[in-house]
This record gives sequence, structure tokens and C-alpha cells, in this order.
Amino acid sequence: MAKIPNNRAWWLVLPVFLLVAFSALVPLMTVVNYSVQDIFGPGQAYYVGTEWFKEVLTNERLQDSLLRQFLFSGAVLMIQIPLGIGIALMMPKSGMKASLVLILLAIPLLIPWNVVGTIWQIFGRGDIGLFGWALNSMGFDYNYTGDTVDAWFTVLLMDVWHWTPLVALLCYSGLRAIPEAFYQAAEIDRASKWAVFRYIQLPRLKNVLIIAVLLRFMDSFMIYTEPFVLTGGGPGSSTTFLSQTLTTMAIGQFDLGRAAAFSLIYFLIVLLISWLFFTAITHADKEK
Amino acid sequence: MAEIQLKSLAHSYSATPAGAEDYAIRQLDHVWEKGGAYALLGPSGCGKSTMLNIISGLLAPSEGDVLFDGRRVNELSPRERNIAQVFQFPVIYDSMTVFDNLAFPLKNNKVPTSQIKARVHEIAEVLEIGDKLYKKAKNLTADEKQKVSMGRGLVREDVSAILFDEPLTVIDPQLKWKLRRKLKQIHEKFDITMVYVTHDQLEASTFADKIAVMYGGQIVQFGTPTELFERPNHTFVGFFIGSPGMNLIPVERRPEGVMFNGVFVPLEAWQNSLLQRVKSDNLKIGIRPEFIEISESQSDDSLEATVLDVEDLGTYKIVTVEVGGQTLKVRQSEDFRSDVGAGVHLLFPKQWLMLYVDEFLIKEQQ
Repeated sequence: MAKIPNNRAWWLVLPVFLLVAFSALVPLMTVVNYSVQDIFGPGQAYYVGTEWFKEVLTNERLQDSLLRQFLFSGAVLMIQIPLGIGIALMMPKSGMKASLVLILLAIPLLIPWNVVGTIWQIFGRGDIGLFGWALNSMGFDYNYTGDTVDAWFTVLLMDVWHWTPLVALLCYSGLRAIPEAFYQAAEIDRASKWAVFRYIQLPRLKNVLIIAVLLRFMDSFMIYTEPFVLTGGGPGSSTTFLSQTLTTMAIGQFDLGRAAAFSLIYFLIVLLISWLFFTAITHADKEK
Repeated sequence: MAEIQLKSLAHSYSATPAGAEDYAIRQLDHVWEKGGAYALLGPSGCGKSTMLNIISGLLAPSEGDVLFDGRRVNELSPRERNIAQVFQFPVIYDSMTVFDNLAFPLKNNKVPTSQIKARVHEIAEVLEIGDKLYKKAKNLTADEKQKVSMGRGLVREDVSAILFDEPLTVIDPQLKWKLRRKLKQIHEKFDITMVYVTHDQLEASTFADKIAVMYGGQIVQFGTPTELFERPNHTFVGFFIGSPGMNLIPVERRPEGVMFNGVFVPLEAWQNSLLQRVKSDNLKIGIRPEFIEISESQSDDSLEATVLDVEDLGTYKIVTVEVGGQTLKVRQSEDFRSDVGAGVHLLFPKQWLMLYVDEFLIKEQQ
């Protein structure tokens, strides 16, 4: 059958275009629009050019918040990825035990964010929280509302508890997909446990690890609810991460123009780092 | 290198085997001698791979013992048995180069680097993948992957034995023949015990000095290709080896011979005397298509037959004939001429006429 060239076919793309426009482009452009104006109230907006961007990039409060954010996401990845792989490797391969472990692992993932924050807020209290009380009675001077290190420790521990199961489940599914023949061949080749991990399991986990790293990076980089409920960003501003800074600016101070400029930069950072991770991992073992 | 002995070995995949049919391997005694090149031949599902995995230690037998040089190794892992095995489908470590794949078993054995290099190159040359050594293994074709897989089995010099589990299944026919020759050469050069599992009789006879034919979880015959062809110990061997397989005819006992559908076939005196002593009525005679003669003229021993079909296979012809309700295949030379429906006279030379009782060959006793 001969193909008939007809440019009107482009109209068929219109529904998708409209859908994307309303779901992504229009809101994004609204933010872009805000970011170049100083808005005092309805009908009272003045064009300010790139001024907000300059201001945001040099704002010390935001820079500190960004640094904390990088530290937090870095720590989250450094702990959760290896820990998740480790848990997946130790999980039973099949049977009742496997089902039981899977259910237990999935439980933290099912709990709403603010509930997670509340659980740990109480859990970590020195007077009525089991965790805080236990640490204090063992002689540790633990107080997450007063001490920066304790606050960080608690926020990280909470995130590890909440999200490591996701990494573990992803890795577990990746491990189960490795055919038995590879383990048999490795056994025949007298490979050590480490060699089996390094040359069979890890290369074959690559795809799920890309997903795990990206998900955990993006989620942790945008974390809001749990630390907000747990520490409120304190003590001081020691656990105030980017989202919370942004929210305070946009809603607390109603500084829409500045918050919009900040949002755009925030968005670009997430995009850039996700892209970097993705390219780094996918290109890691291309033919030289 | 080691002599591998299987002592009253049996294996069932079921935890509570109820009967014989639950066993993949039934009561089996066998010795693979040091330095031999053996083939394990049989149809799919006869227990070949199970036996191979039991020898290598990937599988623990449910009954019986595996002995390496007289030492019981049932509880030892493949690592401890120091055995190499090549699987049916290529297993390669795809994040590594071809060189690293081949070097992997040596590195795991802590072989010095200089030796690894020499040995890997030697094996790569033999398998003709020398020019691909520094390519990533995952970018190879299926053929090349299987060569790498085989190379990993061949690269260690100190192994007790090398086991091949239908290693040429994924390889195209042209290369198959070449690789089989290569394996044979490697065997001659390094003198390692090799057991080669296959369902292809040609593959088995080109590779092996001696072939073990497996059927229903048992080794029904262990012998040279000639022995398997001339004196099949079991009706299955007769049927499975040869193309077409042996003609097998159920018969009844008569004085001086046997009979089927009114056709009398005389037997040798020793066969007759042994026949009178066995009780079973499960009797068969077998004769290879290659050994049946077709004669122009009638004689005392000849049987009347009708030609049903003549197949020309290029260098010879397969003639299908009917005798007393039985269809037989006869192999004839290229110049054989006959019309379908024509009557012919068949001769069964006595030295090639086998007698089977309960599917096993009746042998002349010395």
C-alpha cells in the first residue's frame, strides 16, 4: 500500500500536545512568569528581569540549605544503596520465609510520610519514646530536638528505615532474575563469594540500581514532610532542607517571585544530577 | 585427572519417590576411567544431565556414592572436586572481556599472572577466538559466546575431569563439526578425562572412544561405536543408534528358531538352546537395515517380502519392505532398482541376527 503524504496528520498529535501543555508546560511557564516579576498582590506585579535569580544564587540561607540538602541526599545514597543490596543478598530465595520477609520489608513503604515523622518523633523522645529512652538509659546524651548531630542522626535513621526496603525490594527482584546457570558456572569456575557478587550479581543489578539510585536521589532531594514533622527543621535550621526553605519563602513569606526563581533552579539541579547519575551508570561499561 | 566411579547410584527429584518412574537415575554402577574420552548418549529426559550434575557436584544423589580415585566425594562441592563443566547454553560473564572470562577460573585458582596469560592465549588459539580476546564478552555472537563458555571449561589444566552438557546445541552445523574435532584434539593433547553428553549419535561417535547409552535412567550399554552398532545390548540401543535404527520384530518361540505371523526364522544352535531355558515370552529378533540382504532368487532361508517404498538418499537407498505384517527397513546400494509392490527375497545372515529377551540381548556364552 502506497503511503499518502498528508500534513494534516499532525493534528492527531494535538490531544497529546494539549494534555502535556496543561499538565506540565502551562504550570511550568507560570512559574517562569513569576520568577521574573516582583509580586505584591493581585494586579501589582513589576517586571524585574533576572534579579531574583541573582539574589537567590547569592542568598546565604539558600546556599546553606542547598549544602545540607546535598549532604543529606549523599548520605542517604551512601547508606541505603549498599544496605539495600546487602539485605537483598541475605533474603531467602523462595518459600514461606521469603514471603514473610517481603511483607515485613514492605510495611515501612506503606506508611504515609507524616505518620512516619510522627512515629519517629515519639520513638526518639527521651521521656516516653522507646528509642530515645533506651539511648539515654545506656548513657548516651541523646536529644534530637536540641543537638544538631542527634537531629541529623534521627532524620537519617528515619529515612533509612522508611526507604531502604524500596532499594532492597528492587535489588531482590533483580537478583531473582539471574538464571541459576550463572551460579552453577561460577561454582564450577571456583569463584569466591565476592567474585560472584562483583562479576555476576552486581553487573546484572545495574538496571534496577539505576532506578533505585534515581528514585532515592530525587525523593531524598525533595524531602519535606518527615523532617518537618520530626524536627521542624531544627535545632536552629540544622535540618532545614530545600523544600522546607522553599515552602517558608513561598507560603510563609508570600515571596512569590523569589520562590519561583528558586523553584526553577531547584528543578534544574534535580534534572541535572539525575541526568549525571543516569549517564554515569549507563556509560560505565561501554566498549572502550 | 581422576577415575570417576559411580556406585549403586540413584537419583530422584522427588523427596518421597513412590516407584521406579519417580527416579531420574535408577541403580547404576559405572566407571569412567582416567584420561578417557567418553560420550553419554541418550534421548531427552533419560537422565544424562542429571548424571553429569551428580558427577560435577551441582546435584547430590539421593542414593549411592560418587568416588573420585576411590575417594567418596558425595558431600564435596564442585569447587572441592575441582571439576570443569560446560553447559548447554552459553554462560558468560558479560561485564568482562573475553580474556577475563577465560582467565576467571585461573584467577580464582590463584594461578600466577604470566601463566594465566600464556594459557588463555593457548586456549583462545585452539578455539579460534584469539582476535576477540579484548572484546567485551556480551558483544559476541551466540557461537562465540559458547566458545568462550567452553574455553572456561578447558582453561584449567589440573581438573579432575571436564564434563560437557550438549555444548554444541546452539552452534551451527558447519562449526559443530570443527569444534568436535577441536575437542578431540584437546583431549589427545592434554589427556584429560572428558565426559560428553549428547543426544546425537554422530556427535558421540566422533568425539568418544567409548559411548555409554542411557535409557530410562540406566546405562543400557557401554562400548565402542562399533560394538553399539554390531551388538546392541538392548533393543533401545538398536533402535537409537543407526539411521534408520535396527529392525525389531516381536516373535514366538519354535523349535530350531522363532516365528512371527507365520514366518519362520531359523536361529543359531546356541541361540536356540538358550531360548529354551528362559521363561519370558517377551522375545524379539533384531537385525540392522545394513545387514539384510535382498536376493533376486528364492533359496531355502529366504523370506518373501513386498517392496513398499524406495527412498533414494543420494549415496544409498532405504528400501521399506513388508514381511508377515511387519515393515522392515533395508539399506541397499545406489544401483538397487525395484518397483513398489514388487516381490523380493530377504536373507537374514545368522551372525547379524540378534535375539532379545525382555529387551536385553542374548549373548553367546564362552
